[in-house]
Amino acid sequence: MAENIQTNLINLEEKLNEIDSQINKFKQISSDEGIKLNEVVEILERKKLQLLDELDAWQKTLIARHKDRPLASDYINSVFTGFTALCGDRHIMDDHAIISGMAYLEGRPVVVVAQDKGRTTEEKVLRNFGMPHPEGYRKAMRVMKFAEKFDRPIITFIDTPGAYPGIEAEERGQALAIAENLRDMSQLTVPVLAVVLGEGGSGGALALSVADRILMLKYSIYSVISPEGCASILFRDAGKAPLAAAALKLTADDLYKFKIIDQIINEPSGGAHRDPKSTIENVKAALISNLDDLCKKDKNELVKGRYKKFREMGVFCSFEN
Amino acid sequence: MGWFSKLLVPDREKSKVPQGLWEKCPGCQRVIYKKDLEKNLWVCAQCGYHFKISARDRINSLVEPGSFTEMFSDVGSQDPLEFVDTEKYCERYKKSREKSKMNDACITGSAMIGRNKAALGVMDFYFMGGSMGSALGEKITLITEYATANRLPLIIVSTSGGARMQEGIFSLMQMAKTSAALAVHAKAGLMFISVLVDPTTGGVTASYSMLGDIIIAEPNALICFAGPRVIEQTIRQKLPEGFQRSEFLLKHGIIDMVVPRSEMHDKLMFILDFINSNQRTDE
Repeated sequence: MAENIQTNLINLEEKLNEIDSQINKFKQISSDEGIKLNEVVEILERKKLQLLDELDAWQKTLIARHKDRPLASDYINSVFTGFTALCGDRHIMDDHAIISGMAYLEGRPVVVVAQDKGRTTEEKVLRNFGMPHPEGYRKAMRVMKFAEKFDRPIITFIDTPGAYPGIEAEERGQALAIAENLRDMSQLTVPVLAVVLGEGGSGGALALSVADRILMLKYSIYSVISPEGCASILFRDAGKAPLAAAALKLTADDLYKFKIIDQIINEPSGGAHRDPKSTIENVKAALISNLDDLCKKDKNELVKGRYKKFREMGVFCSFEN
Repeated sequence: MGWFSKLLVPDREKSKVPQGLWEKCPGCQRVIYKKDLEKNLWVCAQCGYHFKISARDRINSLVEPGSFTEMFSDVGSQDPLEFVDTEKYCERYKKSREKSKMNDACITGSAMIGRNKAALGVMDFYFMGGSMGSALGEKITLITEYATANRLPLIIVSTSGGARMQEGIFSLMQMAKTSAALAVHAKAGLMFISVLVDPTTGGVTASYSMLGDIIIAEPNALICFAGPRVIEQTIRQKLPEGFQRSEFLLKHGIIDMVVPRSEMHDKLMFILDFINSNQRTDE
């Protein structure tokens, strides 16, 4: 079933490409022959939008994981200047699932902490498919404390299937590393801005997302569990991932409605991979405008505001006993 | 996270209310007289196997008789996702409430342990596998804030299958909420003792459970972020004996001590006496 749906996405992409080429053809004819074909072009544009409106949660999940989707390193290279990596957790190793360092955003010094899945096979292995070990989370926290010490705002990019589930990760305290990040990020005295680029996989994503503002790309997802994991446990069939994706309400639109995230960053129709350049520009603009706001706040305001933001998350009620 | 709840179907769940006077020990397979077991705090006298117990029984085993005052008992979850799997979440939740006579998987309040007043949160695995949704996160946060405001030490006994998937992103966010509340409690110079019992997994482990100034586990409790089956599937290897059990975590420097149920009250009292002793001299 999952395969069918995967094919659906490919079909969708083919359809989109076909419509795009038709639009271009009509536009060409229109200008070459001097005939007005506006109506035809409009109909085609509408058809395209219709196709995109119909994207369901599972299709968005597949777009969020698309092999050509821009990765954190693409944003780091294009959005910032002078990126200089800071490496290692100072204890065990340098976890390459996390890229962190100093950079300039339009001349403003910032600290970047990002998850990156890697593009080529080699990179994927190096970056462990974007699944950090405890050392990755400790490296991230070390670099965030560096930012705090030197009063630099922090930008985090989220793109991970989750924290790595392995023997060494457990031995070295994966749960502890995540928990400490949650606790310590809540007290950081500098602005923290989190952007979900692709997959926001559970605690492994949250451990970099205790931020003053949380932004999501239009076709990114953020969830307590992967649709596949949820399907195999609750629906007792991993093939029901599309159903689980819908039930989990994990799209940017859902999370914006739930007031979990603060802003949706627009993507070109069909996904960032269809026009990485414009997506990167959108991300850059969103970073600048949000940092402008956050940098006006003093330390106390930031910490209090962040506490209040997470304090208010949850939907519960009072039962009369 | 909640991925692991499947493998944590409690072995005693089916026989939770023993039909007769006898109970079979899953540890050594011996048949034990139920009244002896109760007297022994549901620990097998032969092999030391710790049976799962309800939050109420746990509180009775930890605090001075009659000293527990329950707080925030009214807090319950809702169904913001209108989640349906094989059953509607709201139905499943309702059944759990009726069966357990609790509003969610945790009881919070204050109590005396020896001469020390403490804020207390005790989780219950029988309520939807101790999974963490909005209500549980809220109660843990409320009791933490109460402890901070009243300058009290905090004790949380955790047992959980992880996040409550049916509450989606809201359940995930409870990890951040509870951890942020503990950061404030810690900043005020107050003590948090985290007690882990079988099993403690997923999102609960990866938030407040691991943030204790002192972390204590009952013997042989499964304590992990990712469950054994998920890891086996990922690395395609059999896991070593004792992996992710209390003694394993002690060996790897993740927790401070392994304490049997019968000694837990005295150990907590010792720690609380220890941190309160300076204040007593000042008076």
